[in-house]
Amino acid sequence: MTNERDILITEVALRDGSHAVSHQFTVDQVLKVAKALNDANVPYIEVSHGDGLAGSSLQYGLSRTNELELIEAAVSVADKSKIAVLLLPGIGTLHELKEAANLGAKMARIATHVTEADVAPQHIAYAKELGMETVGFLMMNHMAPVDKLVEQAKLMESYGADSVYVVDSAGYLLPGQVRERIRALKQSVGINIGFHGHNNLSLAMANTLVAIEEGATRIDGSVRCLGAGAGNTQTEVLVAVCERMGIKTGVDLYKMMDLAEDIISPLLPVPQEITKDSLTLGYAGVYSSFALHSKRAAEKFGVDSRDILIELGKRKVVGGQEDMIVEVAAEIAKSKNR
Amino acid sequence: MSKVKVAVLGSGNIGTDLMIKLGRSELLELTAVIGIDPHSDGLRRAREMGYAGVDTGIDGFLADPELEADIVFDATSAKAHLYNAKVLKEAGIKVIDMTPAAVGPYVCAAVNIDEHLEKENINLITCGGQATIPMVHAVKRVSPVEYAEIVATISSKSAGPGTRANIDEFTETTSRAIEVVGGAKKGKAIMILNPAEPPIMMRDTVYTLVEEGTMDEEGIRKSIAEMTEVVQSYVPGYQLRTEPIFEGNKVTIFIQVEGAGDYLPKYSGNLDIMTAAGVKIAEEFAKNLLKKETV
Repeated sequence: MTNERDILITEVALRDGSHAVSHQFTVDQVLKVAKALNDANVPYIEVSHGDGLAGSSLQYGLSRTNELELIEAAVSVADKSKIAVLLLPGIGTLHELKEAANLGAKMARIATHVTEADVAPQHIAYAKELGMETVGFLMMNHMAPVDKLVEQAKLMESYGADSVYVVDSAGYLLPGQVRERIRALKQSVGINIGFHGHNNLSLAMANTLVAIEEGATRIDGSVRCLGAGAGNTQTEVLVAVCERMGIKTGVDLYKMMDLAEDIISPLLPVPQEITKDSLTLGYAGVYSSFALHSKRAAEKFGVDSRDILIELGKRKVVGGQEDMIVEVAAEIAKSKNR
Repeated sequence: MSKVKVAVLGSGNIGTDLMIKLGRSELLELTAVIGIDPHSDGLRRAREMGYAGVDTGIDGFLADPELEADIVFDATSAKAHLYNAKVLKEAGIKVIDMTPAAVGPYVCAAVNIDEHLEKENINLITCGGQATIPMVHAVKRVSPVEYAEIVATISSKSAGPGTRANIDEFTETTSRAIEVVGGAKKGKAIMILNPAEPPIMMRDTVYTLVEEGTMDEEGIRKSIAEMTEVVQSYVPGYQLRTEPIFEGNKVTIFIQVEGAGDYLPKYSGNLDIMTAAGVKIAEEFAKNLLKKETV
């Protein structure tokens, strides 16, 4: 396997995929998945609660297993791949970042809403101090105009981030919009540019290819689409497509396909499809992890989950505001019964 | 009725909002607003309203024999507070610390002020703490709370550079105060910034898990309603957004805090609840001090 890579893939199934399994990953599952990813030569493996370090909560869902044990497990089987962690300031703190670094995490991805980069400098600086590679992860990217995105990416660069990501948390962006965004960043920042897609509109692959074409070199994928909503750019498919296009990922295609088929597929509660809920996420521009919460609230209050998601989109709810779901569901139920 | 003299240290947004609220108090008499910038808008405003505007900081205030106060609000920064707390203690002046420094005990205006009336320095926790801890306590006084988690969502516009640079301080301080003041065995706090325009009102969601087998739905409902009224007595814009939800041993409470719109805009309920709580606590101090004088 060549070590030369045109793009560096971060596999997010053990973090973004945590949403899809309601944060029920076990040490055994993480050991198996991380080992297979390491064997397939995937450069980075992200492991955390779906909402990042310290995300285990009543708001987002309690983790079955403490994420630090999962990180430790992944580190123990990854002699080539580096383990990454996600941290959302406001949820996780420097304290958890340090614990993760002590366990062997080598990359810290500091995630903020696309307009709120200035909550991140402390965490980026501290991650650097801990010797970690750092990423500024600008979520719900579609909610800010391009010039605002550029301003926020420059902030991330000024804090010392090694890379900055366009994160399409809602799977809402269309290929033309991704092109415009990556191109603008390429012209204005000197650090690596990354793209994280969601497949809610079946555009994750197309968007990823456009991002690569415009110069993004850090790409997120989830094997078998094991991510929130309809999942992310499907990693094993991306590897195959890149190979056809002559883009070197350095990842072993057969090993990724085997992982998807033999390990990931059996652990999925349901196959990762574009359901009506995930389609509505992408259509309405809503944070992908809201899908399962909305489904549960819809059943509880006897309303259509799509109505909840559309209303949340109208109210410009941002990532992390899961508490709005029950409230909106209750309101819809009330207005229906009036 | 005689009033207790107070001064405000810090001439920024919080200090100016405090000044306006103090102007309405029947128990407190504002003597001076203290800053360090002679050109500050807050000091200009203070002088216009007839208060002394001191631009030489806390040392200037203490050195001036014409100026006095029994209580000082410190609305500067955690770092500055360490010095301010020291010199105010030496001067025998009580301090209400609005910064995250937490030199003194955490005080939530609706919950534990009575325990701390004699303290020389008390800390106001955080905005999320002032908004949610009353509800954690409201549940806890009926059924023991194993775990309480709060999510504070505030508009981006009302989160200043200090809050942003120290966001960990919010989560850590609030978590601790949920335990120490709210009475939960374990506490957790989350903060979210929402940039929507027009800016959203401060929203807080409080999740509590009560000890297995102790759920008293009727008692908790009543306790929550009573506590809401207590907080409303000093933060009129404090309200439940919807009825509390009971599921098994979990109680979820939804709060909205609309600011009074004194100096800060109404969407800054997060700042308003801090200044309102500060004034409320100062008034309780004042009652205690006046009581001693008359005895």
